[in-house]
Amino acid sequence: MAEYSYTKKAGKIGRKIFNLAESRVAHFFQYLGGTAVLGVRTVFWTFSRPLRKWQILEQMNRIGVESFPIILLISFFTGMVLALQSAYQMQKISAEMYIASLVALSLTRELGPVLTALVVAGRCGAAITAEMGTMKVTEQIDALETLSTNPINYLVVPRFIALLVMLPLLTICADFFGIIGGYLIGVGKLNITHAMYMRMTWEPLAVKDVMTGLIKSISFAVIICIIACFEGLNAKGGAEGVGNATTSSVVRSFILIIVADCFFTALFYFIMR
Amino acid sequence: MIEIKGLHKSFNGVKVLEGLDLNIKTGESMVIIGRSGCGKSVLLKHMIGLIRPDSGSVTVDGRDVTRLRSKELDELRNDFGMLFQGAALFDSLSIFENVGFKLIEYSGLGFEEIKKRVSESLEVVGLKGIEELKPAELSGGMKKRVGLARAICTNPKIILFDEPTTGLDPIMADIINDLIRELHDSLEVTSVTVTHDMKSAYKIADRIAMLYDKRIIEVGSPEEIKASDNSIVRQFISGDAKGPITKK
Repeated sequence: MAEYSYTKKAGKIGRKIFNLAESRVAHFFQYLGGTAVLGVRTVFWTFSRPLRKWQILEQMNRIGVESFPIILLISFFTGMVLALQSAYQMQKISAEMYIASLVALSLTRELGPVLTALVVAGRCGAAITAEMGTMKVTEQIDALETLSTNPINYLVVPRFIALLVMLPLLTICADFFGIIGGYLIGVGKLNITHAMYMRMTWEPLAVKDVMTGLIKSISFAVIICIIACFEGLNAKGGAEGVGNATTSSVVRSFILIIVADCFFTALFYFIMR
Repeated sequence: MIEIKGLHKSFNGVKVLEGLDLNIKTGESMVIIGRSGCGKSVLLKHMIGLIRPDSGSVTVDGRDVTRLRSKELDELRNDFGMLFQGAALFDSLSIFENVGFKLIEYSGLGFEEIKKRVSESLEVVGLKGIEELKPAELSGGMKKRVGLARAICTNPKIILFDEPTTGLDPIMADIINDLIRELHDSLEVTSVTVTHDMKSAYKIADRIAMLYDKRIIEVGSPEEIKASDNSIVRQFISGDAKGPITKK
């Protein structure tokens, strides 16, 4: 008798675990499919009329121009920190001049694109999700459709184009100001001469370093836009739903940015070695 | 003429509509009544193609809404105006841009012409000179009226009203009721209103249809509905807490 009830209990627990796993897997594939469809439709609408120039400019202002000060600050201090932290080790082996190369390469290849993308995902991705989510729960998205306007064309495409243009530009700014930060520490505090610092910055830096950074930042722009818009357009259930959508928009784009960064770094490592 | 046949719809496995049939004649004012959450708004959104059914058809003037491609659907929607429950004004745009949205985006009319049309529409709903305000600066009743102005600005043939009086004080609710009835008569449109407010239903309707248990259970003129011997309808229109609806 006791044995029977144990197997019954085990069966129940097993079924529960199975159901949970099933719903999680189903949800994962729904999410994957949903974002893929949104991505394809966004690209389709990007190439169809009407293209809303004013809205694109407005989004460029919000995403690019208004993010500029924080990008400047973060990259400038990151450059300084990089120079100082590496100074510990470099001074031990009297190789201070390589600090310049280290700062330049790690910023253009890695920190510039990733830091910029993370800041923009947190600052603009969240704003996009919150705005669209609110529009969704207050039926403004439905209202757009009743006015014969496709929400993807009206809302997603301007943000998509703005992110595609502004994120690489912000990345270049981040690279530049980071290197300036490193320069100030290197020349001002670590006694590297101006000429030496400039030479050691430019010499190892190839076009491919900057280009791989920019390719990364373009892929990050796609990730931020699609995740933020998907979460916003699928928000449900009032203020709480919009809050949840915003949280998961930021968390998911952060994770995907890091994963994509790892992927591209590995890819470039193997094809460009 | 809007013809709905055998409409089925479920959300996440929960059936909302099951084999619903309803005919709405051209030029009449149809009011759909039913309890909150019984699927009235869902039914309304099927008519304008915002929701696709699981099965069944919705035919508007001979065109099956459920089978149209997105471009044809956009064309069909030129004949529609819709007032949403919370008015659903775009809060990033001014009242002028909200009301004239479709004209600004698609009509190719000049600024002066659009301005004239917008102020005419606003005047019809009793609002003047608020073009430059933002939706957040308006009261609930004003938002509803601006929503109404947006719905009529493009001269639609069919207007859908989703709970037009919900959340308004009784006097404002009555003003909106009068406005809807006046607009229906003066613009000679077909109007479909969803509500659970019986006062509003009697005032607006040529015919009333009651949605209950996923289907339309009774259709008739306000007088016929008042005199109905269906116990479910009787409980709903009298608003009793006890009866066949709540027993279930």
